[in-house]
Amino acid sequence: MFGSLTNFEGSLFDDLRRMQHEMEEMYGPRVWPAGIRSVVRGTYPPINVGATSESVDVFFFAAGLDPKTLNISIQQNLLTVASERKEEIPENVEHYRSERFSGAFRRVISLPEDVDPEKVGAQYVDGVLRVSIQRREASKPRQIQVG
Amino acid sequence: MIEKTDVTTRAPEQVPQTRDSTNALRPPVNVFEDAEGITLEADMPGVSKDRLHLQADRDSLLIEGDIHFDMPEGMEALHADIRATRYSRSFALSRELDTENIDASLKDGVLRLRIPKRAEVRPRKIEVRVG
Repeated sequence: MFGSLTNFEGSLFDDLRRMQHEMEEMYGPRVWPAGIRSVVRGTYPPINVGATSESVDVFFFAAGLDPKTLNISIQQNLLTVASERKEEIPENVEHYRSERFSGAFRRVISLPEDVDPEKVGAQYVDGVLRVSIQRREASKPRQIQVG
Repeated sequence: MIEKTDVTTRAPEQVPQTRDSTNALRPPVNVFEDAEGITLEADMPGVSKDRLHLQADRDSLLIEGDIHFDMPEGMEALHADIRATRYSRSFALSRELDTENIDASLKDGVLRLRIPKRAEVRPRKIEVRVG
């Protein structure tokens, strides 16, 4: 199951993208223009984005959050997730490593154009936030009410 | 029609499990020490309690966990920062740590380990056998 999000073999698009990453590593990042909203790799929290014909799902790997502090909003096809992780580190201790992310974060993700901002669901399980946005059903006839 | 095997429909147990450390993510950790022991906190989002594997012996500690989260069938990856399916990280321990009394908890993908120091100064109770 997990393999589908990690397996990039056999897709022309991803072969191209991998080649792009390799070219960037060799010649620097100016070979292809980057998306205006793209961020550098390593931005917190890491995300995976997957799509089916029904929905687009964004997985945020952000452990140890209080779901109440999560601020999730969607405007057209721009999904914004902001939260804060406060680490309570006791005083009078010797610190050896402090690698975990601490503080506020905000990530904006551009989704495919056909998502329906009215149909969004979110759940937080085992430190992974999943935001699921339904896609518009273009073929479905729509009822338009006259106000 | 071209027949295409969809990897996304494979059952989880059919996905080959690689056990070499090259495919594993190194979870970020905080380590701090007080008079009684060492506390280690590791971020392992996507790991549930039953997929967490901890192993400690006299001088080493191994933290491993399989990453799992619900995904609809037939999902196509548009972007993946997390490509590994598991976390793995090991630490060397020193002798004054009592590895038999490690306390572990996992909440919302955060693993907290408390490794107490050996109570060498504590007076030992000597049991007298009758007979």
